[in-house]
Amino acid sequence: MPGESLSFIFLNAFLINNFVLALFLGICPFLGVSGKINTAWSMGLASAFVMLISSICAYFINEVLVAFNIEFLRLISYIAVIASAVQLVEMSMKKFSPVLFRQLGIFLPLITTNCAILGLALFQTFKEYDFTQSLSYSLGAGAGFTLAIVLMAGLREKLELAEVPSVSKGAALSLMLAGLLSLSFMGFAGLGGGH
Amino acid sequence: MSQNKTTAVTMDDFLSGIWRENPVFVMLLGMCPVLAVTNSVINALAMGLATTFVLLGSSAIISLLRHWIPKEVRIATYIVIIATFVTIIDYAIQAISLELYNALGAFIQLIVANCIILGRAEAHASRQPLLKTLTNGLGMGIGFTIALLALGSVRELLGNGSLLGHDIFGAHFEPWVVMILPPGGFFVLGAWLLLFNYIREVKKQKRLAESRAASGTTARALV
Repeated sequence: MPGESLSFIFLNAFLINNFVLALFLGICPFLGVSGKINTAWSMGLASAFVMLISSICAYFINEVLVAFNIEFLRLISYIAVIASAVQLVEMSMKKFSPVLFRQLGIFLPLITTNCAILGLALFQTFKEYDFTQSLSYSLGAGAGFTLAIVLMAGLREKLELAEVPSVSKGAALSLMLAGLLSLSFMGFAGLGGGH
Repeated sequence: MSQNKTTAVTMDDFLSGIWRENPVFVMLLGMCPVLAVTNSVINALAMGLATTFVLLGSSAIISLLRHWIPKEVRIATYIVIIATFVTIIDYAIQAISLELYNALGAFIQLIVANCIILGRAEAHASRQPLLKTLTNGLGMGIGFTIALLALGSVRELLGNGSLLGHDIFGAHFEPWVVMILPPGGFFVLGAWLLLFNYIREVKKQKRLAESRAASGTTARALV
């Protein structure tokens, strides 16, 4: 909605409506790449970076689509832009920072199917954010995604040491853990006047 | 993934998606809509059917075009085809029921990023003839819908005390509100996985005990 302050938009995407734990976006990498804290950091930062870029692209594309009155092409153009943004990030990273590329390389293709990124582009369009608001929203969403995946990785590293019944090993226990994490994030719901 | 070389359509193509390779409970794919829209049965059903439609449509087109799509740009091609079908179903749901459309929100459009569909396109539709792909896609879609219903019914029953909007437990029931909130999705899916793990474990123990008993009797017969 126009008129929301930048800090509220950031906090909203970061904590109150955390993309992973409250809106259920990006669950696949959240469960798949949260085994170790290091890789979780890398995945979080790579996603946050792609979120920022695709949010900026999506903003301008939407302007063009609205100008020509062809909004029904929104979904197709967004996903095409995200896929090419990921490709672009991958190529430029390979050229300018091979060290970072080697750390993030395997995660980059995965990001294309991360629905948090497409979700971000769609939500900022639905909420009719202007350019600076979109920037703030994408930064908050990226930070929130990174926070959630790193917290989860920390919990799972501790869990490795715990003795659990063999039935509950693996995905079942991870989901229970994610539920508890999500429950604790609901405590932030009161921030910002219960929006 | 079991890739049969024969082109004949078998019952196995259809059934594998429902039980043995169930996209949600076994392969853990497409979790976002599974958790997000299953706070009631009707949402779960609508989401399952929409996904099945996109899965069938996109698999059919990809299977028909599989000899013409260049290998280098196949993922981009698949995504554009999938996005086309998602746009169709998005506008269709908007036309059929605006209430449902608002309840599902952005998750209809997010079917594009559902890894089940892209995974099917890559692993199955791009290699198999039309009929086989459709059978397999239908099985996967039904398996996905069943999983969504399994979550949706438990969450609606516990979180709201109702099923498909009908009161089940009567007025004295105190709803577990947490079940229709985000954490409930994680809890219920975790519980279902626990149950399936338990069943698998019990079956394994049983088979182990049987084989042990069988080898025991042969040993005794030899003595």
